[in-house]
Amino acid sequence: MNNKNIQLNKEGRLRHFLDIEGIKRQLLVEILDAAESFSSVEAQRVKKVPLLRGKTIVNLFFEPSTRTRNTFELAAKRLSADTLNVNISASATSKGESLLDMLHNLEAMHCDMFVVRHAQSGAAHFIAQHVAPHISVINAGDGSHAHPTQAMLDMFTIRRHKQAFADLKVAIVGDILHSRVARSQIHALTTLGVTEVRVIGPKTLIPDISTALGVHVYHDMWEGLREVDVVIMLRLQKERMTGALLPSEHEYYKLYGLTPEKLAVAKEDAIVMHPGPINRGVEISSEVADGPQSVILEQVSNGIAVRMAVMSILMGQSFSSDGEAGP
Amino acid sequence: MKILIQGGHLVDPANGVDAQLDLFLEGGLVASVGEAPAGFEPDQVIDASGQIVCPGFVDLQARLREPGQEHKGSIDSETRAAARGGITTLCCPPDTSPVIDTPAVAKLVQERADQAARVRVAPIGALTTALEGEQLSEMVTLAEAGCIAFSNADLPVHNTLVLRRAMEYAASHSLLLMLQPQDAWLAAKGCVHEGVVGLRLGLSGIPESAETVELSRILMLVEQTGARVHFGQLSTGRAVQILRQAKRDGLPVSADVAAHQLHLTEMDLLDYSSDCHVIPPLRTQRDRDSLREGLRDGTLIAISSDHQPHDADAKLAPFAESEPGISALETLLPLTLRLVDEGVLSLEQAIACLTSGPASVIDNHNGHLGVGARADVCIFDPQQHWRLDAQTMQSAGHNTPFLGWDLKGRVTHTLLNGRLSYQEPSKKAED
Repeated sequence: MNNKNIQLNKEGRLRHFLDIEGIKRQLLVEILDAAESFSSVEAQRVKKVPLLRGKTIVNLFFEPSTRTRNTFELAAKRLSADTLNVNISASATSKGESLLDMLHNLEAMHCDMFVVRHAQSGAAHFIAQHVAPHISVINAGDGSHAHPTQAMLDMFTIRRHKQAFADLKVAIVGDILHSRVARSQIHALTTLGVTEVRVIGPKTLIPDISTALGVHVYHDMWEGLREVDVVIMLRLQKERMTGALLPSEHEYYKLYGLTPEKLAVAKEDAIVMHPGPINRGVEISSEVADGPQSVILEQVSNGIAVRMAVMSILMGQSFSSDGEAGP
Repeated sequence: MKILIQGGHLVDPANGVDAQLDLFLEGGLVASVGEAPAGFEPDQVIDASGQIVCPGFVDLQARLREPGQEHKGSIDSETRAAARGGITTLCCPPDTSPVIDTPAVAKLVQERADQAARVRVAPIGALTTALEGEQLSEMVTLAEAGCIAFSNADLPVHNTLVLRRAMEYAASHSLLLMLQPQDAWLAAKGCVHEGVVGLRLGLSGIPESAETVELSRILMLVEQTGARVHFGQLSTGRAVQILRQAKRDGLPVSADVAAHQLHLTEMDLLDYSSDCHVIPPLRTQRDRDSLREGLRDGTLIAISSDHQPHDADAKLAPFAESEPGISALETLLPLTLRLVDEGVLSLEQAIACLTSGPASVIDNHNGHLGVGARADVCIFDPQQHWRLDAQTMQSAGHNTPFLGWDLKGRVTHTLLNGRLSYQEPSKKAED
């Protein structure tokens, strides 16, 4: 893994957060611990800490996303940073201004952090390689590659329910091939030391080589869900039907949709997760999505604390709940 | 003009020569090897002691970017780079703008190359009009205008009937086809090898089957039509295996491999290095080893540069949005010699892959230094170490993953038709 350490500075501290792969367990745990202390901030009446006062954070979204952008923006605001949202449609960049020109323009406005979402895998790496040295980059999703803050909020949610990672069996169901969320989850789960990560889906969405990621591949969902502690459902993109990857939503739901019957083969206390937005009746039934084992909405609120944690760690600010909590 | 190349070690694989022999050139031809012809008074003596003297290199695929993409390179700049690389003949694919599908464009390319007078440029004509894969081009007329082979560049001929007709037509006039086997559907949207690295990086893959399926489709049509086909830039071990069998079966086929495929693998992509973005993609170490084995046993007959110079902006983008290709003329020799150092090829085999091998594909009378042959000569220092530096690159494109590599083997002189087309700057004072 040459140059993967672009994420770390000389002291081995996080400088950018681009990818879970290549980050040690200790740093991941540090993020989870920091998120734990920030989650108490959210419970307070005044939900703001002055950790990043005077810092400017730019949300640079080359792909439409309201949900992820909103949680990043809220996280920045609760840390007292100034935020700027820049939404760039793909057509605008192709019209002339190159990606690098745009970055250098924003740099000239003295920004401290870029939160980047882009449709191309490796885009956040590319930006991190070319920004001025004082700027940190957070990958908020690049193509099919990585979505590290989503994976960390999922880990945070799992830890809250299951305490230790060591004995867990986790199943991820759906389109692994195209999912940046799944890749980051797999790296996070294996780094944090879970017993077994399973991926469930047809070969068109889970190529045979996936085992190289350290996962067990199941094409039969009934078999794959047996005795698991955590079920992570992935969103199925509609365009997978047109690409001859799947015959129909109907058949997909029949084989890989999470229903109460299928969930029953998992452990009794298994939790059900989904990065959202959910397609009811495509990958998950409403009974399960709204049922007692679902932690889907919790994931959303945990997203803010985890993003606050990552932002403050990148800016070199630590925080403890019994220290300088709140203004 | 009479030139004596003195004291060098002559390696001429086509003639089985591998010895210290002087070379006497006169009137653009080889006048004698070893013994001076009676009354030979050289106008110029080149001291080649400690150096290898061999035929000028023949490169089966190099893009010059002219006409149409002069911001990436020109015939002037790229033939300069070729001469620096020891190349005296190169074949340029038809995907210029306009496409080489009329005699006028074919002639334009050759005339511009003649003006530059550094390298013999052999245009490859379009197999189908505008490379659209539908209408056959005027192959015979294009051949009369200097096209040495026909290709659809990296654009597909989807319709198998059109491909069959093109092959039948070429076969009836003994014309050569040069095809890059890649199934366009299997390769669609892909930019890296479909494998573990691509999966980890989240980049769309081009599977091995993109190459083997198309190779097999073409081979079946070769069997039926008898067309002579050269496959350019194979990238998979499985394709080498299929080709080995096809040659055993007596089909009139040959193939080459691009120099970078012999040294880089998908592992070189791990930091999203856009300089390693090439099509066909870098594959696994096992593929690389099979390609090397294919060279050793003669299944692959040549090493090509697959030169594709780019402007800087073409590579300054997230990986999949960057343009594929390497500026490769100036590293063709050292990357080939590296195979000698690594014990893959003998020196003679390595030089054959750059001279007699590719020359035999295009029925070119160059590629050897027998008496009466055209005096296209490369002289290189096999021991000299050097680093590729963007500042001194002659190509307009500096897009190469080999910048900063410790390269061994440096061209000191290149002669085209018995005239110096390149001389290493430090050698100029000495001669």
